[in-house]
Amino acid sequence: MKRYLPFVIIAAVAVLTVGAGALFYRAKQSAVASGGVTRPSTNEAGAEPLHVRGQPGAPVTLEEFGDFECPSCATAAEVVSKLEQDYGPRLRVVWRNFPLEMHPHALEAALAAEAAGLQGHFWEMHDLLYKDQPVWSKALDVHPFFSMYARSLHLDVERFAKDSTSDEVKVRVVSNRDEGVSLGVKNTPTLFINHHEVHPPFSSERLHEAIDAALAESTPKAFEADRASPPAKIQPRGDRK
Amino acid sequence: MTRARLQTIFYTIAALIALIGLADATYLTVTHLTGEDLVCGSGDCSAVLGSVYATVAGIPTAAFGALAYFAVFSSALLAAFGYTRARIFLTLVVAVMFGVTVWLLYVQAFILHAFCPFCLLSAALTFFLAGIIIATPSTASQPSEGESTTL
Repeated sequence: MKRYLPFVIIAAVAVLTVGAGALFYRAKQSAVASGGVTRPSTNEAGAEPLHVRGQPGAPVTLEEFGDFECPSCATAAEVVSKLEQDYGPRLRVVWRNFPLEMHPHALEAALAAEAAGLQGHFWEMHDLLYKDQPVWSKALDVHPFFSMYARSLHLDVERFAKDSTSDEVKVRVVSNRDEGVSLGVKNTPTLFINHHEVHPPFSSERLHEAIDAALAESTPKAFEADRASPPAKIQPRGDRK
Repeated sequence: MTRARLQTIFYTIAALIALIGLADATYLTVTHLTGEDLVCGSGDCSAVLGSVYATVAGIPTAAFGALAYFAVFSSALLAAFGYTRARIFLTLVVAVMFGVTVWLLYVQAFILHAFCPFCLLSAALTFFLAGIIIATPSTASQPSEGESTTL
């Protein structure tokens, strides 16, 4: 009996691990939460190829490469929203899609946001997707959720559905992602403040410090020069000046 | 205490540590497969587990960790039962895990600038396993019980 005992234990551990993993997986997959949709308070247009929120002449630009299914991005979105209120016309926010492969619905969400953008409501969809992320991200089929969001934003839902699968929005998302890759973006959210990468954690205090430092450094002339040039490639921290 | 007795104790401890690592890696794998990031304490799991280093050829890196821990558990258990060949296999697997762990720590510290406590736990377990393998007394010259039953 002793001869077989280790093999019995090994087999038992293998079965237990696979079984527990499968149960855990099923439990997470079936946990489709219920929740309501809140209409955004703004109705400003956002159909630009580059999604910008804020004043064009703002001395500080915060650029984000984000994934709508990433919980850290949702957390960061709340912080950034608060920063926009705090800094007003001194801060503008630029958004770029960087859907990660590990998130099964991230690409669909990015396409939905871009499709909403074609009707001038990118930012409203952006805010909704993050606000309701715990709901739709656990669904097997996200399209009913996205259609519901489109209706709540008074979009042309039929056009929204068609645009969500169009080459135009796919190109936007892919080009955003490619741009991120070319800049060395590896995870989400990745934030740049006036083209300098900010490292996590993205707490309000930390971003306040970074923005304050950028405000102290920036002049209108320097900002205009910055706008004309793309963000710098991500450098190892030790290489920064 | 005899050398064989000490070996049994060390390999049993290694097997138990591998079980903890197996649970950790399985949890990370399932979380990855469900697309649910982790927000854990003061660490930034999502920044690590959502990075390009979280997958290898589309397979979650944590899944490889789970396989490695299972291999360590199996070989440590067999080694505890006296299978000397399992000891060689165990040493090889732990050596590979050690190297990969050092690389992943480098990635977290110098590339991602973010640490995931679940990954740090796994790293600590791997280092502990490496320490046990090094500290385990070398095999006695006489054939062991388990090995003799297989021949």
